[in-house]
Amino acid sequence: MRFFEYESRQIVAKAGIPTSPHGFATTAEEARRIATEIGGPTVIKSQVLTGGRMKAGGVKFADTPDEAEAHARDILALEIGGHMPRGVLVDSKVDVKQEYYAGVVWDGMRKQPVILFSDMGGIDIEEVAESHPDHVGRGHFSTIHPFSDFQAKQVIAATGVTGKALQRATPILARLAKLFVERDMTLAEINPLAELADGSFVAVDAHMDMENEARPRQKALLAELGVGEEETRQAREATPFEIAGEAVDAMDHRGVAGNVTEFDGNLGLVIGAGGGSLTLFDAVRAHGGDPANYCEIGGNPSVKKAAGLAKLVLQKPGVDKIAVMMSIVSNTRVDIVARGVIKACIELGYDPAEKIAIFRIPGAWEEEGFKILERYGVEYADRSVSMHEAARRAVEKIGAAA
Amino acid sequence: MPGLFIDVEVAPEVASDPAYAARLEEVCPVDIYAVGPDGGVTVVEENLDECVLCRLCLDATPEGTVRVKKLYEDGATL
Amino acid sequence: MSILIDADTTFIVQGITGREAVNLTRECLDYGAGAKVVGGVTPGRRGREVHGVPVFDSVAQAVEHHGAPIQGSVVTAPPAFTKDAVLEAIENGIELVVIVTERIPRGDVAQMVELAGERGARIIGPNCLGIIVPDVVKMGGIGGPARDAAKAYSPGSVGVISRSGGMTTEMSSTLTAAGLGQSTAVSIGGDAIIGQAYAELMPLFEADPETEAIVIYTEPGGRMEAQLAEWVTANDSRLPIVAFMAGRFMDEMPGMSFGHAGTIVEGKEDTATEKIARLAEAGIVVAEEISEIPAIVKTKIAARAGAAGRAVA
Repeated sequence: MRFFEYESRQIVAKAGIPTSPHGFATTAEEARRIATEIGGPTVIKSQVLTGGRMKAGGVKFADTPDEAEAHARDILALEIGGHMPRGVLVDSKVDVKQEYYAGVVWDGMRKQPVILFSDMGGIDIEEVAESHPDHVGRGHFSTIHPFSDFQAKQVIAATGVTGKALQRATPILARLAKLFVERDMTLAEINPLAELADGSFVAVDAHMDMENEARPRQKALLAELGVGEEETRQAREATPFEIAGEAVDAMDHRGVAGNVTEFDGNLGLVIGAGGGSLTLFDAVRAHGGDPANYCEIGGNPSVKKAAGLAKLVLQKPGVDKIAVMMSIVSNTRVDIVARGVIKACIELGYDPAEKIAIFRIPGAWEEEGFKILERYGVEYADRSVSMHEAARRAVEKIGAAA
Repeated sequence: MPGLFIDVEVAPEVASDPAYAARLEEVCPVDIYAVGPDGGVTVVEENLDECVLCRLCLDATPEGTVRVKKLYEDGATL
Repeated sequence: MSILIDADTTFIVQGITGREAVNLTRECLDYGAGAKVVGGVTPGRRGREVHGVPVFDSVAQAVEHHGAPIQGSVVTAPPAFTKDAVLEAIENGIELVVIVTERIPRGDVAQMVELAGERGARIIGPNCLGIIVPDVVKMGGIGGPARDAAKAYSPGSVGVISRSGGMTTEMSSTLTAAGLGQSTAVSIGGDAIIGQAYAELMPLFEADPETEAIVIYTEPGGRMEAQLAEWVTANDSRLPIVAFMAGRFMDEMPGMSFGHAGTIVEGKEDTATEKIARLAEAGIVVAEEISEIPAIVKTKIAARAGAAGRAVA
């Protein structure tokens, strides 16, 4: 989950990393008050969970509190990349001598975090890495042995930074590395990390991403930041259809019928599990099909849950038929899913044979499942029909219907 | 609402016995049986279709007193 | 022959009294010659039995009861307890840990993997279904109940490595239907950090005389396909590899999360398109559909045999 800049700055500050004086405002009047407190020129920054805010006009400079208020009013009303801002951050415009980059990410191949540092801050680190690789220092570090400051120092020194700057930047990068591990981040980035005229270092912008799986154990931090449990912080906000999908999944604790994502096609999909769903979604599109949704069922959901998901998809405007398909199942039961999807059709007043374009779930309890499908006249396929072939048949049927 | 796929029949001598009621409530993994207000067996209709055909209810009662019927197979018993 | 496990491999199940673990234990005991499940661990449940397998409070007790080192463990503990369970296994001399549990934070996985590295142990998973040697033994829920596993898997010469547990079975079943058996199939897990990626298992398959080809299931996200391509090129592998890439549609939807945790597309490096290009450069064929895989594997094996024959002549 992503954090807004104003939250990321708090996280950084809690770790003992100095930041430029700033405040968070949700109204123009508040922004004015903060600008007055700060005194001197300020920067008004839109608080949105998307990139490119500078280009979009979401960052403006103000010399006076009046100007700060006016900019805040504009920015608060400015949509960026489909997102309305949560508020604005009123930042002091600091006197920067040099901009640096400090970051920590996971390296999935080395299976360790890696610290990154550059003396070319203020721009994307990917860009620097491509154009000036010698200006990017990196160093992996252990998560079972204690972190020691030299590990940060040598990464910084590798970029050629020396003298006071090296001494000042080292503890900051070390603190960032420690907070990355302690706070279960997947990205912890300070860009730019500014060296001021007086030689001190402050974080002028910060970007933090926390692992969703770690939310339960980072509850205290999230509560301090005021992040609600219902805030998913996905790149795209959930649609009402997707939120209804989450409700289906939460109906009981048995199995999964979730990760519903909305698309605008006419073929509803009741598919699973993780890898199977990816394969089937591709297969439907490869045969010219137009999916109405993505989803993942697995882990042997109850009949109620399978029915709930099928109903949700069947009731989606524009959906003509559903295709019920999975890779060979060994835990999820064929007969239970068959009952669920047929029940959904019947309870909505549809003929299952008409509404279910194809049922292709081979595996556990398939004999029992196929008996049910036969009874209701639903076209089904066993493992001798490939996932792609099943998808092709579903697309063909819906094409004939349109 | 009765089940679309599954129905169960409990013989009167078992249905009225509080000991069997308690046992059936305990063994059924999908809560098809409950102890009713009179202490006897109540069949929870909304859970009938969740039946996983595990036979635990058959094992917990004298042979022939509980019948699990598959409605999609012309009422064939388990 | 096989990799990682064989009929004699002894293992325990940590978290054995949980619902899924009880089923998994039954399945392993029933499959092939019957796995040597020498114990189970659930703290506070010592003295119980699960399908005849004795339950202990600690791994140390299980090892003591067995009277000899235990080779493996299947960890099914809930996410908050997984790291501790895995560290316990490793510190008690277990060399192969299969982690079934899903939704474990990366920081925990990194710690487990690093300790395993220091102790010479190997972790498969997390978020995986385990390992199967067709008709011989399975360690984990892979393939499901013995009867179902027997339908999908058959003994033979193809090594299978998959980031999706379900797709391991789908692909193996497709191979089986075409008369191509499997030497060993490994579900490696779908997370961003896993104990063993493709390139880390390749040396084992390479050294297994019975394995003649590799089939892999891949997804967008991460660098492990690129790493495999690098390994294949650097080591001049004798094994032809055929890959299937799911989730191609995700290239059009950056930042969205589908399938496994590892599939969040973050940069151009880890998209499906980019990965397919990397694999192709290393001579790895990427099949458009799973049903195409057996024919490609047969052609590749025949070509290899032909080349070897000419070399000998």
